[in-house]
Amino acid sequence: MSRAFAPKVVTANDLLTGEVVYLTADDRWSPHHHEAELIEDEAEAQLRLLAAEARVAEVVGAYLADARRGPCGPEPVHFREVFRTRGPSNYFHGKQAEGA
Amino acid sequence: MYRYTDFDEAFVRARVAQFREQVERRLSGALTEEEFKPLRLMNGLYLQLHAYMLRVAIPYGTLSSRQMRQLAMIAERWDKGYGHFTTRQNIQFNWPKLRDVPDILEALADVGMHAIQTSGNCVRNVTADHFAGAAADEIADPRPVAELLRQWSTDHPEFQFLPRKFKIAVTGSPNDRAVTRAHDIGLRMVRNAAGEPGFEVLVGGGLGRTPMLGRVIREFLPKADLLPYVEAILATYNLLGRRDNKYKARIKITVHELGLEEIRGLVEAEFERIRGEFSGADQRILAEIEQSFAPPPFVAKPVAGFEAARRDPVFRAWADTNLHPHRRDDHAIVTVSLKAHGATPGDATAAQMRLLADLADAYGYGELRISHEQNVILPHVARADLPALHAALLPAGLATANVGLLSDIIACPGMDYCSLATARSIPVAQEIATRFRDLGLEHEIGPLKIKISGCINACGHHHVGHIGILGLDRAGVETYQITLGGDATETATIGERAGPGFSADELLPALERLIAAYLALREGPEETFLTACRRLGLEPFRAALYPATEAQRDAA
Repeated sequence: MSRAFAPKVVTANDLLTGEVVYLTADDRWSPHHHEAELIEDEAEAQLRLLAAEARVAEVVGAYLADARRGPCGPEPVHFREVFRTRGPSNYFHGKQAEGA
Repeated sequence: MYRYTDFDEAFVRARVAQFREQVERRLSGALTEEEFKPLRLMNGLYLQLHAYMLRVAIPYGTLSSRQMRQLAMIAERWDKGYGHFTTRQNIQFNWPKLRDVPDILEALADVGMHAIQTSGNCVRNVTADHFAGAAADEIADPRPVAELLRQWSTDHPEFQFLPRKFKIAVTGSPNDRAVTRAHDIGLRMVRNAAGEPGFEVLVGGGLGRTPMLGRVIREFLPKADLLPYVEAILATYNLLGRRDNKYKARIKITVHELGLEEIRGLVEAEFERIRGEFSGADQRILAEIEQSFAPPPFVAKPVAGFEAARRDPVFRAWADTNLHPHRRDDHAIVTVSLKAHGATPGDATAAQMRLLADLADAYGYGELRISHEQNVILPHVARADLPALHAALLPAGLATANVGLLSDIIACPGMDYCSLATARSIPVAQEIATRFRDLGLEHEIGPLKIKISGCINACGHHHVGHIGILGLDRAGVETYQITLGGDATETATIGERAGPGFSADELLPALERLIAAYLALREGPEETFLTACRRLGLEPFRAALYPATEAQRDAA
């Protein structure tokens, strides 16, 4: 049996600022992970990624990242994605400084 | 110092104008990211985890005070008020906005700087001994040669699409401070039996996932033959280097797979073929470049004040660690540590950059250097001025007396910034430095190089650290592997892996056990950690890192 599909979010960096963004269910780019659309179907995830990649004037480097359901919305699974939700650990810069 | 000619100026300005248009076309949708990415990388613009990053070249690590002030201005106006000095003597700005980058490049061009060839499969920023032109042990200043190589390699039509990136380092001193054996080409100035200047040429060194030390391809290359010989190496590599596998594309793999003898034969044949084409033009240009690296007008000053100031223990501690012998007895080379305990290795705020520029003007003939060890050097300071310099550095957090000691750690940006990283490096460096400061052992431990990389690409040079730390992702957990016995100098050695990795929590206690073992095992304070490793082998240090558990002891 193939492994169960791990739920995903579509994430990318904003073209102008480079800030980390997430694709929402209503096709916006949100700076907040918990606003992302949690995609639980593999085929749907691929389609959403293709749609995101087509938005070349808005974002760079879209990809699917593992996520899980949390009380306030999707939460990152891997530590790299956790870091992307807040910013570097040596300075209070990035999302953590913007109150995200 | 080298100043841009009209040609340099026109070239750099043209590149800025081109990039400005490329950015406009990207923003208008005329260029896709796929089309734009190679263009931005050619101009040093990366996309990292949280933002863009602009890597600016500091050729052979040399900066004027004016250039340092401009870097401070850029940090304040377009970034978050600081810059990060790297292990390739470059500076990285971590938060530029895409739209601002052409203006940043324009501001760099205003002071004779650029970000060209700080990325991509081309010849990267040529690095050199950071004490060049100042060190007492130097045969000659390696920077004119480095500048010649920079001019030759910039936009060289044959070498813009090499199989992989290509790094060259030059040293003019027998004491290798430029890690020449870890470069694709390492150049060491030597003299032959007749006393003529030339180079020992090393090829095929590199760190990364397959660390290798460079091997001598030519024991003595006359100085005048440098450019055709380097071009022959590049041309040979350009044809033979593996383009089928990114991880086997560096020249070290070509040398390893084909054997040094075969490569040498091919290079020598190509060298003979192209040598005549150089017709001396390169030597005329080199002679002009050498003029611009004439030593500053040294002012002789009595050293009595320096000797008196040494009675102050704070000054004396700093003078003992952060000064290096200058070619003149009444001067010293000052290393300004960017490794204050708990700070990010290699970071300087705009205010610190400005102060360093001002101090370079006041006490250092307007000249600064960036070392691959991520510190700032004032290469020429009269000993008489050292107490005043130290007093000015102190309140700015720039007088940490730790150069060459445990907390003078090299660390790559790691997963706090870099999209390639597999774990963080900066917090590890911060924790090690603060812990050993609190233990108060640093000066007792003596010379010790800790180098940390956040992934296998080894930007933090962990393979050549006395203690190397490599951050990895093991099943979704940051894990740190330790290597021991590495050496970056003329006695270069690739460190040996100690054993299984440690979690972030386990790492610091493991290092404490390791250092305690060294202190217990050494013959005396004169025996450094590295010397002890060489005398004893790694087993006693492994035993300290991996003590037998109680269960294992019971079973034994």
